[in-house]
Amino acid sequence: MNDILIKFILSAGTLFIMFNIAGLLTWVERKQSAVMQDRIGANRASIFGFKAMGLFHAIADLLKMLSKEEFVPEGANKFLFNLAPYLSVIFALVGFAAIPIGGALVLNNHVIELQAANLNIALIFIFAMMSMGVYGVVLAGFSSNNNYAFLGGMRGAAQMIAYEITMGAAIMGVIMVFNTIDLQVLDRAQGAYLLGGWLPKWGVFVQPLSFFLFLTAATAETKRVPFDLPEGESEIIGYFVEYSGMKFGMFFLADLVETVLVAALMTTLFFGGWQVPYLHPDGFYFPWGAHAALSNLPVVILGVLSFFIKVAFFIWLLMAVRWTLPRFRYDQLMNLGWKILLPASLINIAITAVVITILG
Amino acid sequence: MKNLEKYFDPKSPFAALRVAQMKRAWKQSNRRQLTWWENTYLPMLISGIYLTSKHFFYNLTFHILHLFGIAKKTKGAVTYQYPEQPRPLSSRLRTRHRLTKREDGSPRCVACMMCETVCPARCIEITAAEHPDPNIEKYPAEFILDLGKCVYCGFCVEVCPEDAIRMDTGRLDIAEYSREDMIYDKKRLMED
Repeated sequence: MNDILIKFILSAGTLFIMFNIAGLLTWVERKQSAVMQDRIGANRASIFGFKAMGLFHAIADLLKMLSKEEFVPEGANKFLFNLAPYLSVIFALVGFAAIPIGGALVLNNHVIELQAANLNIALIFIFAMMSMGVYGVVLAGFSSNNNYAFLGGMRGAAQMIAYEITMGAAIMGVIMVFNTIDLQVLDRAQGAYLLGGWLPKWGVFVQPLSFFLFLTAATAETKRVPFDLPEGESEIIGYFVEYSGMKFGMFFLADLVETVLVAALMTTLFFGGWQVPYLHPDGFYFPWGAHAALSNLPVVILGVLSFFIKVAFFIWLLMAVRWTLPRFRYDQLMNLGWKILLPASLINIAITAVVITILG
Repeated sequence: MKNLEKYFDPKSPFAALRVAQMKRAWKQSNRRQLTWWENTYLPMLISGIYLTSKHFFYNLTFHILHLFGIAKKTKGAVTYQYPEQPRPLSSRLRTRHRLTKREDGSPRCVACMMCETVCPARCIEITAAEHPDPNIEKYPAEFILDLGKCVYCGFCVEVCPEDAIRMDTGRLDIAEYSREDMIYDKKRLMED
């Protein structure tokens, strides 16, 4: 009974946090792009005169979306048309279940791993869910009875295939180094140190090329600029061209949820997840010999904080990329995916294998 | 720029012509093939992120400082928050008209009809009446200016012998719900 309750709280908490971060991202996106472009950004929505730096725009947008007409075009496959946005959002959200947001919390001699689902195949689970997400895109394009939407869906499928392979191949390096696909174990393994204890053994330090490949492929996975070919709002509007109201909002949200998921995944795989540098389960051990003992609870809280700070940084980076680069042309996209990223990731696997064999 | 021929139908009589054209255009546009390093997109990616991040952190720093009331003079954004913060206008900009007043508050206008005559849009309509002071002779009983027709040429201001009409209110946001509301009478024109 207790175990179920703990799991319930954990999963509800994870869902709540991630959903809220994604909702907040609508505001972050507007504000960050504004500050980047020397503007002020959304600051008009107010409740009783309180503007809260435009934070209420997220609520205003939501209310607007909810009060709009739900339109189903003539000749559309109604069932698939209605199903598609839910698929998009749900598969993006389910991925968070396997992401460890903190270390082991000890409460009354219970060891609670701060991870909604302690899967030993966590990585495969997340990748499966991320690739299922494309069904939402394809079905939306397929069922709308609109050529532009169809084109968008097809582009989405092609792009997803091209970049999914690179993404899978890119993380092979990390899996080979840490020898696990259980993300909690992977995070723990990243608590080791290199260079005589100075450099944390994070994925990015042992697999730098892998990190850049994953960053690129994962950005493509979120279907946002510069890889927003399925959307391509200036040329084909995209797979959700026929959607209105909250169903469009769900596609919009799915993109942002995927951004958070990708940021969390990058944190987990390459930046030590909840690891804080020099923080061990019983306190700080600095390489210059200093030691500060900490009990379990502050260590776990520091870990969770560190995880969310890293996630916030990656969200910032993805947003910065999104507001800096123009969209790729379709042939450039395919060239980059198949001719540069995929060979590079395969070479990375080969080099990693050789080095691991030599080092024993 | 190699193997351009493969993009064209070899049987087409225009293929050779088009290839030659494209080669010439390429030469003239002073473009070159990207190097391998440039083809990875990394240099441009990094310089682009550097540029936008520079703006981001610069502006963010000043936005945060402004929250604490520091460095208010350096702006974090180049935009004007329009309705609350109007843009500074040049003093010679022609904006909405006003009728200037005498010391007793009556209009300076002597109803000479010069502005009505010169107006290319014919938006001014003056009804003259006799002024009790024989030195002034006439005054406008009604002075109607249709801003819906006005082209803001400023001829009325230039032609006025009494400096009775000016275009210096600084009002640009003239918007009404109906055409009738765009017609300004003497009272509205003398408000500011």
